[in-house]
Amino acid sequence: MTEKFLFWRTSSWGLSLLLVLPILAIVYTAIGDADEIFAHLMSTVLGTYAWNTLSVVAFTLLLAIIFGVPSAWLMVMCRVPGAKVLQWALVLPLAMPSYIVAYIYTDWFDYAGPVQIWLRNLFGWQTIHDYYFPDIRSIGGAALIMALVLFPYVYLLARGAFMEQSASLLNSARLLKCSPLESFRRLSLPLARPSIAVGASLVAMETVGDFGTMSYFAVPTLTTAVYDTWLGYSSLTAAAKLSAVMLLVIFLLLSAERYSRRKLKLFHQEVSAQPEPYPLSGWRKWAAAAWCWGLIGAAFLFPVFQLLYYAVNYFAESWTPEFRQYSINSLSVSFWAALIACFIAIAVNFNRRLVNKSSAVVPLRIASMGYAVPGTVLAIGVMIILVSTDHLINGFVRSLDYRPPGLLLSGTMFALIVAFVVRFSAVAIGSVESSLAKIPPSMDMAARTMGCNATAMLRRVHFPLIRRGILIAGLLVFIESMKELNAALLLRPFNFETLATYVFNFASDEQLEHAALPAILLVLVGLIPLIVVNRSLEQKS
Amino acid sequence: MKKLVAASAVLAALSAPAFAAEEVNVYSYRQPFLIEPMFEKFTAETGIKVNVMFAKKGLAEKIAQEGEFSPADVVLTVDISRLAELANKDLVQAVNSEVIEANIPAQYRDEEDAWFGLTLRTRSVYSSRDRVGELSEEFDYLDLAKPEWKGKICTRSGKHPYNVSLVASMIANHGEAEAKTWLEGFKANLARKPQGNDRAQVRAVSEGLCDLAIGNSYYLGKMVNTPEQVPWAESVYINFPGEKANGTHINISGMAMAKYAPNKENALKLMEFLTGDVAQSMYAEVNYEYPAKEGVKRSELVASWGDFVADDVSLETIADNHAAAMKLLDEVKFDL
Repeated sequence: MTEKFLFWRTSSWGLSLLLVLPILAIVYTAIGDADEIFAHLMSTVLGTYAWNTLSVVAFTLLLAIIFGVPSAWLMVMCRVPGAKVLQWALVLPLAMPSYIVAYIYTDWFDYAGPVQIWLRNLFGWQTIHDYYFPDIRSIGGAALIMALVLFPYVYLLARGAFMEQSASLLNSARLLKCSPLESFRRLSLPLARPSIAVGASLVAMETVGDFGTMSYFAVPTLTTAVYDTWLGYSSLTAAAKLSAVMLLVIFLLLSAERYSRRKLKLFHQEVSAQPEPYPLSGWRKWAAAAWCWGLIGAAFLFPVFQLLYYAVNYFAESWTPEFRQYSINSLSVSFWAALIACFIAIAVNFNRRLVNKSSAVVPLRIASMGYAVPGTVLAIGVMIILVSTDHLINGFVRSLDYRPPGLLLSGTMFALIVAFVVRFSAVAIGSVESSLAKIPPSMDMAARTMGCNATAMLRRVHFPLIRRGILIAGLLVFIESMKELNAALLLRPFNFETLATYVFNFASDEQLEHAALPAILLVLVGLIPLIVVNRSLEQKS
Repeated sequence: MKKLVAASAVLAALSAPAFAAEEVNVYSYRQPFLIEPMFEKFTAETGIKVNVMFAKKGLAEKIAQEGEFSPADVVLTVDISRLAELANKDLVQAVNSEVIEANIPAQYRDEEDAWFGLTLRTRSVYSSRDRVGELSEEFDYLDLAKPEWKGKICTRSGKHPYNVSLVASMIANHGEAEAKTWLEGFKANLARKPQGNDRAQVRAVSEGLCDLAIGNSYYLGKMVNTPEQVPWAESVYINFPGEKANGTHINISGMAMAKYAPNKENALKLMEFLTGDVAQSMYAEVNYEYPAKEGVKRSELVASWGDFVADDVSLETIADNHAAAMKLLDEVKFDL
């Protein structure tokens, strides 16, 4: 063991342990005594909350797979008109915060919205009892919105998997007179299953942790119950117990995802020549294009046009000094979070590369745990940790007979940054991990033979090769931080709003029109990383 | 790692609030657009800068965690249960001010001066002009559970503090058993699952989804002044239930001084300012609330809604019944 290794080891272990502290704080709080409230919840509503959570996740997964997998297959295996645009446009919905899509759809499809009013006028219906219209504010509605916004995860991963499938295999299938549909069902789909499972688990985790959409749609889930319990019953302990239950659920989801990814390695093959895409003709061609455009329209274009309409009409009210200030706040907090997350991603990944032991993977996994914790819950954990650190600092300064500095960590932007880093480091770590994995070990050996020490090798060989991966990592953390609402609501300091909290404040008071401009900015900023990520995917292919 | 530490240190230093002499820190559950004009006036009058943190949830927890280093001076809340929570958790300090005492009547103050009401709002029942008309003087909250309203009532989540307080007042007036039966009947009468905010309920009435909606009084004023929402406002009457029974349920928005307020003097000035004529009439004019200070004129619009008999159950009793109300709401699965 050399000195250099010691640096990577300590920094990766140190950082990952710091990241897991807020989660430990929640588990610790959960041990406290709130049995009476918890028992009351168990005997009354908890079953329904758990059932709702399961149903929303199940429906969302189903829809996300229905939206994501066929469109990925069409993009890779068929000649669809406009495919060049379609294949990146299908990623756009990821830039939309789900709660904004939820607000817009509710406005339109509620009983009091234009769609139902129009139908009533058209058919002369008088009351709600005269006809049936599905209720948007329901489990099904929430699942639809979540799936619309999240299906690109499934799409991206499935598309990657389809692109990697060997042409010879598919060509053999064709020779054996497999119809396109049959080859999809019997060959492509089973081969891509592990990747689809990875995408699906991301969708599932985001859905479990969602607060904005669920509370707006009046679908009480475990996440909304954490809020209710904490604030309604004034019991942080009971809320922490509930969070611990959720952590368990999420741990199970994660394990399933790991399990499926382990299989992925078995299936992984070198990228070979692409099979000749199926030419589509007649109605099939147009149906395929309509399917893809329909998805983009519903998940992205329609909400964006609605926002643009509001933004133009309310521009004067929205273009305020506050708006500009909040944009700067959001940008700077997200920037710092992205930067720090990248540092962490590099530290834990390089450590793993250098220290060739299975234990080196532990910091990687520990540092990724925050992603599994809903923002609300995480905010509580971060608050507990930062405030106690603040108290230690203040106590120490006071013991030296100086004036205590106050809440340096928890009362400032720092708290937000920490929360975002804890929550989104996993995204950065994953991105860096996958680009590092593409560098064959032979490269390391060559570098070492040529006299590079470990650090020089990382700096001169690995770093340039994974620069793009790091950039993507940073951008993904940046966009996620821009959108993050729950932690921001609780941890932001005085006179401080982010674009997300600003939008939420208006929208939750049924005044989305005043928040359209910041909402559009959120979406626009979200587009940048998507375009970059997609470009890199295209270059890969 | 070194860079990381250095970066965070610089960052922390940069973003730490400057503790200037003349400022006051407010944690607020109230929305920015309502109180910011008052803060501007206060700063103009006194030169004291007001720093605010707006939140919808969790401020008490935050103050509790922050303990003696909490920067909070004044906490503004939108209902009595949150004021009581602050007092019960020992997060506020008593304020002895002759000015406030003279301005705010005793029934809207804590006995030990731990908190003070600033404005009053009624938990009203809005009725459709077309389908129901104005409700009779006999109409009481208990009637919301009568079978004749089956499928005709809209409300926001039962867990919202406004509704929890209403349920708490029902427990105070009728006992827990009767309150539970009432809540079950009320739930059975809902036109749809509880959702949206108070304004959304009135909109639902105007669209014919329901005939009655529960909502705070000032929402009507806000809707009258938002062009797109005028048709909603015009489709309903505002009613003050309980005139012949216990009276209309009143909630307060209020304030308290944080226990460790670092800018105590400025906090006191702000609190006194908020109970004064200027701020009180701003509450009345800007937000259509009933000013707590006697003699301050209601806005013309609010005055046109007529008078009401206030339920005289004490705010403390309502706060005491808060937990029981939460449990009842869970037991009858009001929101599910």
